Amino acid sequence: MSGKGMNLTLQIWRQKDANDKGKMVDYKVTDISEHMSFLEMMDVLNEQLVNSGEEPVAFDHDCREGICGMCSMYINGEAHGPDRGITTCQLHMRMFNDGDTITIEPFRAAAFPVIKDLVVDRMAFERIQQAGGFISVNTSGNTQDANSLPISKHAADEAMDAATCIGCGACVATCKNSSAMLFVGAKVSQYALLPQGQVEAADRVKNMVAQMDLEGFGNCTNTGACEIECPKGISLDNIARMNREFMAANIKG
Amino acid sequence: MSGILNSSIGRKIAMALSALFLIFFLIIHLAVNITSLFSADLFNELSHFMGTNPLVQFALQPVLVLGVIFHFIMGFVLEIKNKKAVGNISYKRNNGAANSSWMSRNMIYSGIAILAFLILHFIDFWVPEMNHKYIEVLPEDPTRYFGELQHKFVPIWRVAAYVVAFIFLSLHLMHGFTSSLQSMGVSAIRKKFYKNFGLVYSIVIPLGFIIIALFHHFNH
Repeated sequence: MSGKGMNLTLQIWRQKDANDKGKMVDYKVTDISEHMSFLEMMDVLNEQLVNSGEEPVAFDHDCREGICGMCSMYINGEAHGPDRGITTCQLHMRMFNDGDTITIEPFRAAAFPVIKDLVVDRMAFERIQQAGGFISVNTSGNTQDANSLPISKHAADEAMDAATCIGCGACVATCKNSSAMLFVGAKVSQYALLPQGQVEAADRVKNMVAQMDLEGFGNCTNTGACEIECPKGISLDNIARMNREFMAANIKG
Repeated sequence: MSGILNSSIGRKIAMALSALFLIFFLIIHLAVNITSLFSADLFNELSHFMGTNPLVQFALQPVLVLGVIFHFIMGFVLEIKNKKAVGNISYKRNNGAANSSWMSRNMIYSGIAILAFLILHFIDFWVPEMNHKYIEVLPEDPTRYFGELQHKFVPIWRVAAYVVAFIFLSLHLMHGFTSSLQSMGVSAIRKKFYKNFGLVYSIVIPLGFIIIALFHHFNH
């Protein structure tokens, strides 16, 4: 396939460590196959950099099959790049043309500080989860039969849809307010829709929202950008549901 | 109350409630003004009622003024907080148009344009009205309102300023209408019914005000 691939200019954010100022640096890659995934293209670049004695570009990645939520690049002005319903690892080079200049930046938000190059610290999401994204059940050998609590198909489906959130942070990265409400809305909803989640429902939404605010995420203004860029298609309905849960929890006191 | 405003969702709900109140107020305001197109007498009668009824003057009017003030102060507060949440470094390349409407991304600017208009509007109508009634305490003439309205729309610069402001109002409402419902927990943004209703509202109401301003400019 040599000679038939794409030649691309990459403008990549380089930052040595959390304290470095950082800047955009231009790189050239040649003969990139349209069948490559975006991360494979990054591998090609890094091999090139290593061979020439330069520091490779640090970026997060793990499963490379779109389910782990680790990859997190802001490509050509969009979280996870120009395609829809995918993470960066599932973005393919056929979305680009020979001669293109591609900008690659880290997910940006004050609550997602850059660790190095394109790697950002998303521990804020973990802390929000720890504030209430769970149910307290004794699992030491006395679990109930799954069918002892009937759940409507509709509620089960909606809870499952909310639970597909992989916590990648694309919603925050794409939001002009750096708001985490789609993430928190999904995590609140997946329990709010099920009977098992009812016991701790009021505390959950209050604690998770309080932690979200504490982490310094912004205020949602309903632009809807998060839903469009979300690799799992998490619906804005989850934010509306979280708002209802929050109102109910505060009215009850 | 302050506890609620300390939370991001609390602020969002407060912003939406003040927005829905103002959205409702615009309907009343237009309903009264539209009568000036076909009946000077009816317009005078309604204006006289609004201007002298104690419930309107001392209960609804203060709520309206506070509602407007709360809405724009909160708008600025949210903008400042969100700028802080975004951080110091912005994207070198950001394709906002790929995932959201221009209106939704520029509420602060359409809002500032409307605020600038409101200052002019208050100087034009509200300040003279307050002066007439409560400061100089001039004799009340129940037929003065129509003439005052016509007189205001003689200068073309004012008509132009009003028309531009109403276009910004329309843009503000195109996002604001469904956004405020969404904040109140109604999944309005992606639902056809609310989207269409919001679009019709955000075009019809400002257009009504534009027609009134133009009508009186050309018919006095």
